[in-house]
Amino acid sequence: MKTSQMIARYKWYEIVGIYAGIAIFLAFVLAPFIEGFLVSLKPLGLLFSSPYRFWPENGSFRAYVTMWQSVPGFGWYIFNSFFISSVVTVIVLVLVVPAAYAFARFDFRGSGPLLGAFLAVNMFSGAVLLIPLFRLMRSFGVLNTYFAMIVPGVAFLIPSAIWLLRTYMMRIPRELDEAAFVDGASYFYTLRRVILPIAMPGITVVAITTFIGAYAQQFIFALTFNSKTEYMPLPVGLFAYFGRQEVVWNELMAASFVGITPAMILIFLMQRYLVAGLTAGAVKQ
Amino acid sequence: MTVQRSAVVFAWILLLPAVLYVAVIVAYPLVDTIILSFTDASLKKVTNWVGWANYRKIFSPTFAEVITRTFVWTFFSVLFKMIIGVFGATMLNAAVPGRALFRVLTMPPWIVPMAIGIFMWGWMYNGQFGMISGVLQNMGAVDGPVAFLAYGSTAFWATIITDVWIGVPMVTLYMLAAMQAIPQDLYEAAWTDGAGRFYRFRRITLPLILPALITMSMLSLIATFNSFDIIWILTRGGPNGDTTTMIIDTYKTAIGSKKYGEGAARAVLICIFLSLFCLAYFRITSRLTSGDRK
Repeated sequence: MKTSQMIARYKWYEIVGIYAGIAIFLAFVLAPFIEGFLVSLKPLGLLFSSPYRFWPENGSFRAYVTMWQSVPGFGWYIFNSFFISSVVTVIVLVLVVPAAYAFARFDFRGSGPLLGAFLAVNMFSGAVLLIPLFRLMRSFGVLNTYFAMIVPGVAFLIPSAIWLLRTYMMRIPRELDEAAFVDGASYFYTLRRVILPIAMPGITVVAITTFIGAYAQQFIFALTFNSKTEYMPLPVGLFAYFGRQEVVWNELMAASFVGITPAMILIFLMQRYLVAGLTAGAVKQ
Repeated sequence: MTVQRSAVVFAWILLLPAVLYVAVIVAYPLVDTIILSFTDASLKKVTNWVGWANYRKIFSPTFAEVITRTFVWTFFSVLFKMIIGVFGATMLNAAVPGRALFRVLTMPPWIVPMAIGIFMWGWMYNGQFGMISGVLQNMGAVDGPVAFLAYGSTAFWATIITDVWIGVPMVTLYMLAAMQAIPQDLYEAAWTDGAGRFYRFRRITLPLILPALITMSMLSLIATFNSFDIIWILTRGGPNGDTTTMIIDTYKTAIGSKKYGEGAARAVLICIFLSLFCLAYFRITSRLTSGDRK
């Protein structure tokens, strides 16, 4: 133990170097957020004046008030984003929990290739399959409804969710299932009463990562399969304003910040689960 | 031990909903893309079988340019993601106070809605008022305003940088996990032998994270090749098509001009490239795991 403590002791210039490195790295990662936030505080006049000034002189939160008038559907966009992500998450869980259990516990013939087939879905983005998906949504008659965004969204989140939950379930000792079988429990009863309660933390991680994935990736399906303003999720709703000639930048940034706040809060509350969940594949491959 | 029949049946019942779902929403569209690519499907009611015509149309000098551009774009994006990701992971792996917080601060680009992060970059690239042009002018590095998204060459790199920014958190956290999985006693043994910090990094850390680095590059390659939102929001493939990658080109053909058949042929070509990457990925990872596992 002692050696490791001595290794971890840095000389003063090493500490300076490390913090400088972290500062440069985080500056790149966070620059758009810092700049975006400062822009949201600046009055439009200052924004469009040169030379460029970084700090908002006489900045205010006015844009956070006025944006509700200039972006009429804003409240709806946020609601839609949450609604779509929540429904997607529920459907993914309903499909993935049983499937992950099957992959974790039953070594039936063809289970390996089938798992591989699921993972191969990850290599296609929705953009590649857009044309047939458009036709499919049209024949389902769900274009311009929430389902046009929910149905394809689910499919592309299933593979990672199965992989993550399967890894988690494989760590649950098999003796537990076997004890239940010996007592005469059915497969279904065992899954519901023995496995599900123990797997709850893993299911929670999958639910969070799925929700965040669904929240972060709302763009292309919403852009292409829905043209009704009242169903638009936040990114597409704001994109309509972004495309305009006269972009009211401070309000757009203010709206963006309100829109990303929920995701940010989730990150800080759930960060331990997130890091564990997202990097699960890395350590134990 | 033979697996009981009832167990196999039960496993399939559990799998059936997910299998059906993916079959309808992913596998069927994939087949449909291939079929469509041999037709002249459009908004017209009648669709005719046109054989290889769509594919013949693809092989033009302009399209060769699109393919080259896509590969150059993808290559540099993945390269920068890896360099910055490994750099970030190395820094965050150092045992200094505050590193838990720094790790959390790495995540936002990945977790916030992608489009919103891209809006912010759109502002930063703004020529007259944006941060980058403004700071460069204040430093005296450039004479007048630079509208990064208005010129082909700068727009090309600007979209790459935004793509790198979105991809870096995942690479960083993945590489960090790989670094933390390295047994500590290796470092201790090297330290006892008097190896310096840089030497230990080069001789222990780098070789041991190499498999994870290769895995991540391949995954990142597939994701980057599919990148759509960034270019579409920032430039819509412009100016003059200078940021039109294969995905953007397919979207423009299929959704923009409503030429579904032609668009499908282009999508099939993307799928072929992606399958090749995927094949390479499986080859490489299976060699990595079978080669030097105890």
